[in-house]
Amino acid sequence: MTGPFLKPKRKNPLARTTQPLLPPQARSRKAHGLTLAAATGRFMLQCCGECGRYTYPAREACPNCLSSDLTFRDAPTGGSLLSETRIEVTSDPYFREHMPWRTGLVQLDCGPIVIVHLHGGCGGPGSQLKLSLQLDRAGQAVFFAKPVSETPHMEDDPQWREMTADPKHRRVLITDGRSPLALPMAQALKKAGAARIFVGVADRWKPLDQQALLAAIEGVEFVDLDLTSERSVQELAMDIGAKVEILVNTADHVRPAHLFDAGAANAAREAMDHTVMGLMRLAQAFGPVMRSRGADGAAGAVAWVNVLSVHGLSNVPQFGVHSAAHAACLSLSQWLRTELRPGGVRVINTFTGPLDTEWFQTVPPPKVAPKAVADAVLDGLKRGLEDIYVGDVAKDIEARLFDNPKAVEREAGQ
Amino acid sequence: MVLSRARQSYDGVVLAVPVTVPYQRYSIETAHWWMGKALRALADGAGISHRDFDGFSVASFTMGPDVAVALTQHFGLSPRHIDHVPMGGAAGIVSLRRAARAVQAGDADIVACVAADTNQVDTFRKTLANFSRFAQDASYPYGAGGPNASFALIARHYMDRYGATREDFGKLCVAQRDNALKNPNALMKKPLTLEQYMSARPIAEPFHLFDCVMPCAGAEGFLVMREETAVSLGLPFVRLLSAIERHNAFAEDPVQVRGGWVVDRDELYGMAGSTPGDMDFVQTYDDYAVISMMQFEDLGFCAKGEGPDFVRQHTFTVDGSFPHNTSGGQLSAGQAGAAGGHLGLTEAMRQLLGTAEGTQVKDAKLGLVSGFGMINYDRGLASAAAILARAS
Repeated sequence: MTGPFLKPKRKNPLARTTQPLLPPQARSRKAHGLTLAAATGRFMLQCCGECGRYTYPAREACPNCLSSDLTFRDAPTGGSLLSETRIEVTSDPYFREHMPWRTGLVQLDCGPIVIVHLHGGCGGPGSQLKLSLQLDRAGQAVFFAKPVSETPHMEDDPQWREMTADPKHRRVLITDGRSPLALPMAQALKKAGAARIFVGVADRWKPLDQQALLAAIEGVEFVDLDLTSERSVQELAMDIGAKVEILVNTADHVRPAHLFDAGAANAAREAMDHTVMGLMRLAQAFGPVMRSRGADGAAGAVAWVNVLSVHGLSNVPQFGVHSAAHAACLSLSQWLRTELRPGGVRVINTFTGPLDTEWFQTVPPPKVAPKAVADAVLDGLKRGLEDIYVGDVAKDIEARLFDNPKAVEREAGQ
Repeated sequence: MVLSRARQSYDGVVLAVPVTVPYQRYSIETAHWWMGKALRALADGAGISHRDFDGFSVASFTMGPDVAVALTQHFGLSPRHIDHVPMGGAAGIVSLRRAARAVQAGDADIVACVAADTNQVDTFRKTLANFSRFAQDASYPYGAGGPNASFALIARHYMDRYGATREDFGKLCVAQRDNALKNPNALMKKPLTLEQYMSARPIAEPFHLFDCVMPCAGAEGFLVMREETAVSLGLPFVRLLSAIERHNAFAEDPVQVRGGWVVDRDELYGMAGSTPGDMDFVQTYDDYAVISMMQFEDLGFCAKGEGPDFVRQHTFTVDGSFPHNTSGGQLSAGQAGAAGGHLGLTEAMRQLLGTAEGTQVKDAKLGLVSGFGMINYDRGLASAAAILARAS
């Protein structure tokens, strides 16, 4: 069983900060089929195109028929526990700090035998389990088994918390309080048990739409943050950088401009300054300190969330500048992901279709309510996802890109 | 499909000069240093130059980046039969099988079979982290418990299914420690009681400290040749009566409860013209006591599932009702990497040559050695066994 995860005691300021370590990272190239699935919260295994059998560990040929037609396909998540152990001694430095560690051998309902991380609430051998693919602190896919039905404090299991980025008792920075996402995000974070929520606001003297509602949330604190100013970002990082365990970058700048417009380059420059350069300034200021705090107690730095337009994956002409800026953000976020990995801090990209806000006024539905984005981000944090697609438009584009990216490109704007 | 005819016998194949390079818990030397010591002891023991070895078979986890042929230059050998047998605990018997056929066919006259591994401070962790693709992808990232964690899963299941208890495992471990105290080369020098075994700190449930081997540096070696070669050199020898190997058997068993011995054991005893009851001693591959128990079953000393009862019925010391792992085995002598797969062979040779001194089983004429190795993912893949006999 799992006890509740209690609010960590205030850290002794004289105590050395535990340095982040990562679980073993080496994987074969094929094994990254699991990474692909884990990143979006899917459960996939190699399945033989000829004989139809699922197989694991990842292989180059089906052991049943030697076909090389092994593709990763969605698989049923059920299984039964064959055996288990509780590891008390390991030669690996990361796991050494997390002993004891429970693992098990599971027979999946679809056939293969998998070694899994075992949730503390699971019963002994013979128990039915529900499996998921998770990204561990190294960003590598691993199997995690939980009881089929909910147990008390299920999300507080210490092994599960290593696979996720639960906001409980963590401090969060929302970078742009003027974003329509800020309020629902702060409300959702509060509900999930975030200890403190810093809300960045540029030009505080200007009126802020949701000020009263934001201020009403216990734990919200407004801070000066202008993402277009390196100095502003740096100053805030010096002030609260070591108190941010989750950073949610809500910055955006949506302005329609046609590519052949005389002022399009200026519009693009401005959008890039708010989004791409803003992300870069944030990364430079907050990245190093977050990376260094990845193992700072049980509620150390854990995640960096970007809210991106799904059109960053494939340009739409109506919002060509916006698409281009978000494509650049996506590229930068991949770089940031690599840089934060040594700290065990995951970068979560949330791809959304057009939001139901003023700047997307002319776009026909379906549009995404800001609250839906907030809920999806919270879900992603609690499940430890890496790529989140919110809303019907984003999900549609995700599926179509997976299927045929050229078709997405040709059909854009039609 | 034409299936294989009856296997040819190993008539005339003998083993001579068992060599153990005394183990060290940690070594600053490389595997090559330990191999060199073993080769020299083999040459000295045979009274010839190492250049006269025209066959060379090596097993090691830590000889990288070298391969076997690189070692010929390293040691000044010029063999015409060469082999690298990276099969851990099965390597000794697999080497022996191949060397036996080479000398029988005349491809070589004297094959030096050597297993050596060093144990530098971080060797064990590195070996685990790079063991195999499946281990890297699918077992090591789960707590990095190494073989302790993997075999704990097998042991837990075996206990649940067949009613084995920690006391049963402990009985084997304690008996082996008794044997080790009579072996001056064993790393473990202190007696072990069942109480100490039971109360030792947990490593990976159900395993506690004394269930686990101690990784160390060391080397084992022996020579394989035809009988007339041994006679011409004036070397005492033992005979190879039969030997089997089998890999990835029973892949459909969800958890490993048996090894490949089951597939071929009739042939093992048939070729040797003997039965399990004829054995004067048995050297199993004892990375864990549960695996020894599995071997008692799979090699026909008792039926599947009767391992625990078999353990309760017998005593396993040198003077016991079932002399087992008479050198102390890996559990008490130490696990010198791949040399753990040769340990049982050199000890069996000494028993049959009558040179086992403190661990000598009285009037030993026939002995069984078994090997097991390579937990590639969730189970040991390689199993092997051989029956050796006194020369006359």
